[in-house]
Amino acid sequence: MITLRRTLVVTAALFGGFCLVAAVALTLGSAAIGLGEIARVLRRPWQEWGDLAATVILGLRLPRILLAAMAGAGLAVAGAAFQGLTRNPLADPAILGVASGAAFGVVVAQVLGLEALPFGFVPLAAFAFGGALLAATAVYLIASVGGRLPIQTLLLAGVITGLFFTSAITLIVSLLDFGRLGGVIHWLLGNLSSVGYRGLEVMAIALAIGVGLVYAQARSLNLLALGEESALQLGVEAERVKRIIFLAASLLTGVVVAFTGPIGFVGLIVPHAVRMLFGPDHRLLIPAAVLSGAGFLVLADGLARTLIRPAELPVGVITAFCGAPFFIYLLRTRLHPRL
Amino acid sequence: MTGSGALIEVRDLAFGYNGAFRLEDVSFALARGEILGVIGPNSAGKTTLIRLLSRVLTPQRGEILIEGEPIARLSRSALARRVAVVPQELQLAFSFTVQELVLMGRHPHARGLFFEGPRDLTVARHAMAAAGVLELAEQSVETLSGGERQRAVIARALAQEPHLLLLDEPTSHLDLRHQGEIVGLLRRLNRREGTTILLVSHDLNLAAELADRLLLLARGRLVSIGDPVEVLDEASLEAVYGCRVHVEKSPWSGRPVVSVRWPDGEGG
Repeated sequence: MITLRRTLVVTAALFGGFCLVAAVALTLGSAAIGLGEIARVLRRPWQEWGDLAATVILGLRLPRILLAAMAGAGLAVAGAAFQGLTRNPLADPAILGVASGAAFGVVVAQVLGLEALPFGFVPLAAFAFGGALLAATAVYLIASVGGRLPIQTLLLAGVITGLFFTSAITLIVSLLDFGRLGGVIHWLLGNLSSVGYRGLEVMAIALAIGVGLVYAQARSLNLLALGEESALQLGVEAERVKRIIFLAASLLTGVVVAFTGPIGFVGLIVPHAVRMLFGPDHRLLIPAAVLSGAGFLVLADGLARTLIRPAELPVGVITAFCGAPFFIYLLRTRLHPRL
Repeated sequence: MTGSGALIEVRDLAFGYNGAFRLEDVSFALARGEILGVIGPNSAGKTTLIRLLSRVLTPQRGEILIEGEPIARLSRSALARRVAVVPQELQLAFSFTVQELVLMGRHPHARGLFFEGPRDLTVARHAMAAAGVLELAEQSVETLSGGERQRAVIARALAQEPHLLLLDEPTSHLDLRHQGEIVGLLRRLNRREGTTILLVSHDLNLAAELADRLLLLARGRLVSIGDPVEVLDEASLEAVYGCRVHVEKSPWSGRPVVSVRWPDGEGG
């Protein structure tokens, strides 16, 4: 049984684990800076920041870790929300094509030149949210059969929608001048290079809204696992809950994609792992997904930064190498007998 | 209105899609503490009736009163505190435990609470004990047998502390022994706790055995309602089901038993 106490204990433990991962990640990079030095820098007052260690840690590594952490948290909660909504452990913003929709929104905003505006990341994120919502709605309409979402049609609709938006991006990129191509492709693979503290603040606010909306529906999401009819019969206003989850998960996906590009599989792996460890109750699953998602992507980014040093891998490569086998495993074990 | 006796009153109910009615001109009352069996051939409107009573569907005409109040005016939670539904088959995504499933029945009583309280747990344990699944509380629902699953779902319905229990074919996927367990459980609930039960069943003999009264539906219309002996009449069953039947008296319970006179395959 999920109690407030159990939720707090697990959340605290996972937070400890996340801090540990983040601390290790702070030490990774070309300049060798130990944990002791990092602790000294972080404890110093603002005025004394200015030496190399402080610049590297506060100007480069910390914002990158914060970005990775927030992106991981947002994608994990979006995945958990889509899985709860569709009653399907294979749903994920990338697999459902929602991330591609968000990426399409970002590319459109870039073509319109909105990125160059002051606070350009706000319209960028808004366009990404719009694209995500468009894709999610399309998938839902294509896949639903008599009010239900069978697993096969859902996956197919996701693939089709994803392909459509990816092609639309390719079309736009092909029409653009060649010089801008490289940047877009790098971003499309998932890119955690720094966006600055202003951008991080905006991202944090949007993510807090999205996660808050999902978490407020946690108990109703549990009941949706019984199917819509039973949920209605247990007093859940299923339509309202579905709409809120839809919006919130699209917001989370859109914001993350706007800042980091579409990083795949985080929303698939993390909620599933958390469910195996702590059970499927969303009142614990959501906060656990926030912290595990954050830790997972910080870890993946740490690997991406160090594996082929001094060069750097896009973090999406790491998550895809972990996620693709995991997806196949889920498909084989979950699709077969019954859901 | 028959005073405090009637728990449910259904008045001139009609429901359909695109002008074609699934259910029409259905009126009946259900007394407190009664077991009513709803029988009829495929697509007679039995499941539609359950969906209307639990307000998953909204009728085109007529109304349903529970304890004198139209259910259309109740909130979903308020209705779920009075009416609980056991579906034909449990569809549960993700591996919740039996206790977690049963605690879901406490949702309509939550009134904005995010976590279940000690009273919720007490009620859930009582419901699990009544349905005989208390020792399975910590097991994942995925690991249960068909009969255990069905009893766990009944426990979830009981955790709602409903005034009326609606069951849609509760024994259709079960073997004889598990059917017997469900029958015993429903009788116990009805006698000890005074739970009012409306049971939809394809199994005429099980319905006749369990119910105080039977309601026979055919093509969305009420054919007859009353004592099982009156409703299970050879002539009307043959007219409704379109096959030849034989009705006799059970030597054990005195209730009617229907057997089909199977065609011999020679035509005619």
